Amino acid sequence: MTRRPTWALLLLALAAAPGARSGVLPDDRADVLYHRYDGGGVTIDGPSLLVRKKFAEQYSVSANYYVDMVSSASIDVVTTASPYKEERTQGSLAFDMLNGKTQYSVNFTNSDENDYTANSASLDISQDMFGDLTTVSFGFSRGWDEVRKRGDTDFSEPIDRSTYRLGLSQIVTPRLMMGVNYELVTDEGFLNNPYRSVRYVDPDSASGYAYQPEAYPRTRTSSAASINGRYFLPYRAAVHGEYRFFTDTWGIDSSTVRIGYTHPWGEKWIFEAGYRWYDQSAADFYSDLFPRQDAQNFLARDKELSTFTSHMVSLGATYELPPLGWKFLQRSTVNLFYERFRFEYDDFRDITAGGQAGTEPLYGFDADVIRVYVSGWF
Amino acid sequence: MTRALAMPTLLACLVMAGCSGVEPWVKPYERQNFADPIMSANRDPVAASYLNHVFEAREGARGATGAHGGGCGCN
Repeated sequence: MTRRPTWALLLLALAAAPGARSGVLPDDRADVLYHRYDGGGVTIDGPSLLVRKKFAEQYSVSANYYVDMVSSASIDVVTTASPYKEERTQGSLAFDMLNGKTQYSVNFTNSDENDYTANSASLDISQDMFGDLTTVSFGFSRGWDEVRKRGDTDFSEPIDRSTYRLGLSQIVTPRLMMGVNYELVTDEGFLNNPYRSVRYVDPDSASGYAYQPEAYPRTRTSSAASINGRYFLPYRAAVHGEYRFFTDTWGIDSSTVRIGYTHPWGEKWIFEAGYRWYDQSAADFYSDLFPRQDAQNFLARDKELSTFTSHMVSLGATYELPPLGWKFLQRSTVNLFYERFRFEYDDFRDITAGGQAGTEPLYGFDADVIRVYVSGWF
Repeated sequence: MTRALAMPTLLACLVMAGCSGVEPWVKPYERQNFADPIMSANRDPVAASYLNHVFEAREGARGATGAHGGGCGCN
């Protein structure tokens, strides 16, 4: 099937969908967020600002400015390179249009750091139907990245990305809402990290191993499907759960399970608690220690491509501020969320511990994530 | 790629076109629970998208979170 008939089907689907009363665009709001990640020798923090404004009840624009300030002395960095600091800034602009029960959204994002630039554009269409019990959404994104390398001004490699999304949200009962999502992503280009190395057995080395640059395939296609539900309890509180399955052409399969509980307290407070479990298998070309130099065409020793399990516990609180006396501000909240991660690797070893190559203890680390933000609706 | 998209698109087309006469079984006056902020899956988008960024940077998996994709410079 060619590209044209696929898009023709998409347009046909939208044309055939019943139009009736109008839907609703997201509320006008502004958010100022501070985020901090600290774990495994890496600290990343910075602000994120979001402003969203409607025009004529039919159009909405939003802008987001986001900064990552990175200080990295991760296990990769301390074993094969030098600790570094860098800053990544990201800006995005989105435009939404509502036409009856159909919402069209376009989004442009630019991300820039000293050795990496990413640009992306996306189009999303959602349609409410069946008396607004059901929302169906489609989306498509294209991304154009440029990978550079510090200390090598001639190094510049592209990555092209395409993303296809499909989602369905369904009110099932007066208390239960469920959703399913599917997303397919393809990448083509320079997909490895230009600084990272793999290690291989080298009898001539005192440590028993030596390093060579990693080499990834130049293409990757992944599919992810998820199902989620949110249930309003007999008293005013909610539970939610989600399961996601992921698979890709590099041989990684993963499962994610997430559960949570949301509990208001009076009129001002909302408390949340959650747990997330993530498990993945390694990429086909991953090894902690290759048997020799150039052991195979593709080589990776990125712990994100290894076999591992992670656990995340989440706690959060939202407090609705008393009226501030500003006419344009309808309501405002202050929010604090804390996440604690535990990563446990099954085939990535901590070579800083020393010992015979391939018998070092397995690596693992904890990470703390904090999100503090103020939100205002106007 | 386009083949992979064709089937879900066609399925959605048929569902949207063929079932437009379905009677809503949860009436509008029975939906007050869904207007409560605690039932919103994405109450604060800026905070949720940051956490998705952390997941994408630390894990091999990506997608199907209900959020927009984008270049994150994570490799």
